[in-house]
Amino acid sequence: MTMEYSHLTSEHKDVLREIGNIGAGNAATSMSALINRKIEMEVPTVNIVAFDEVMELVGGPETPVTAILITIKGDVSGKVFFILPIEEAEEIACRITGNTEFRLSNDDSVETMAISALQEVGNILTGSYISALSDFTNLAMQPSIPYLSSDMAGAVLTAGLIDLSRYSDYAIIIETTINDQSKTSGIHGHFLFLPDPESFPKIFTALGMEHNE
Amino acid sequence: MSNLQDVVKVGIADLNFVKAPNIIRTSGLGSCVGVVVYDLARKTAGLAHIMLPDSKQAKQAHLNKYKYADTAIDIMIERLSKNGARRNALQAKMAGGAEMFQFTSASDIMRIGPRNIEAVRSHLQKHRIPLIAEDVGGCSGRTIEFNPASGALRIRTVNKGETTI
Repeated sequence: MTMEYSHLTSEHKDVLREIGNIGAGNAATSMSALINRKIEMEVPTVNIVAFDEVMELVGGPETPVTAILITIKGDVSGKVFFILPIEEAEEIACRITGNTEFRLSNDDSVETMAISALQEVGNILTGSYISALSDFTNLAMQPSIPYLSSDMAGAVLTAGLIDLSRYSDYAIIIETTINDQSKTSGIHGHFLFLPDPESFPKIFTALGMEHNE
Repeated sequence: MSNLQDVVKVGIADLNFVKAPNIIRTSGLGSCVGVVVYDLARKTAGLAHIMLPDSKQAKQAHLNKYKYADTAIDIMIERLSKNGARRNALQAKMAGGAEMFQFTSASDIMRIGPRNIEAVRSHLQKHRIPLIAEDVGGCSGRTIEFNPASGALRIRTVNKGETTI
């Protein structure tokens, strides 16, 4: 029982946008506490996109990014990505660990300490994203441990599309960008939430909406 | 580099064809496998960006045949043969099939890279197409570019530089 993407009405999109709002809003608050800066959130977008366009959301398939991936199981299943440019992920890791030499792109000197710090950041951010959704919808959502990878956007994002690709060539993506306020060096993170196809009817029903199959 | 050289781009779960002097490219291969089938003397090649190993596992009403190792390779061979390549001169190269995240729990997305590699290998074997070279596995994303004039497959990574096979 999966939903045909063409059946997504503007009301459905509004609901999904609200989900992005609530999730990322909560995550932005956590991020702000973590790095002690004010974090702003942009208005979420809900898009039905072909797989190639997924990569375009974060700058194209070859753009180097740091991605933290969490898979969700429970009433609602799917994937949540938190994506940052690699330099910004390094900046966060440096800020938290106090090690200014840390580089993610240099895998000869893998800094396990900084990597686990980043994983923990991912855990806190995506955890607060997911728990806000779970509270809002009253649906159970259990997050996995965070997985971290720094590489080409196309290569890392595909991992979130494999399950989906058995059913479809399109993904419904709820995207929210969070930024810190400093103009010079800043944090520009993308949350990408990709619910599994069978989760959409559950989300809509939980929020009191009909969905017509 | 000649200005007359075009780069044919292949998206994810997509395939396309090229003739010299043009070259063909696909970007950001992770667990996906890029497989090139070519006739070197005729300077013609096809490139598929394969996402999943087996079309029989599809749960899709309208099957995208470019997405799966078995169906994509069949299509490439058929169209290359129709467009001047000689069936018995076809050769292949492949790259990709990495594991981008070290998943610990058992799941389908885990090990999809190795399964894609295996599916491409066995399907090429079924068609008796020799696999000349490969750069597969590991945990790095790859962008690949094939030149049908030379038969060279150039592989670019973020962390491990560039190689040609």
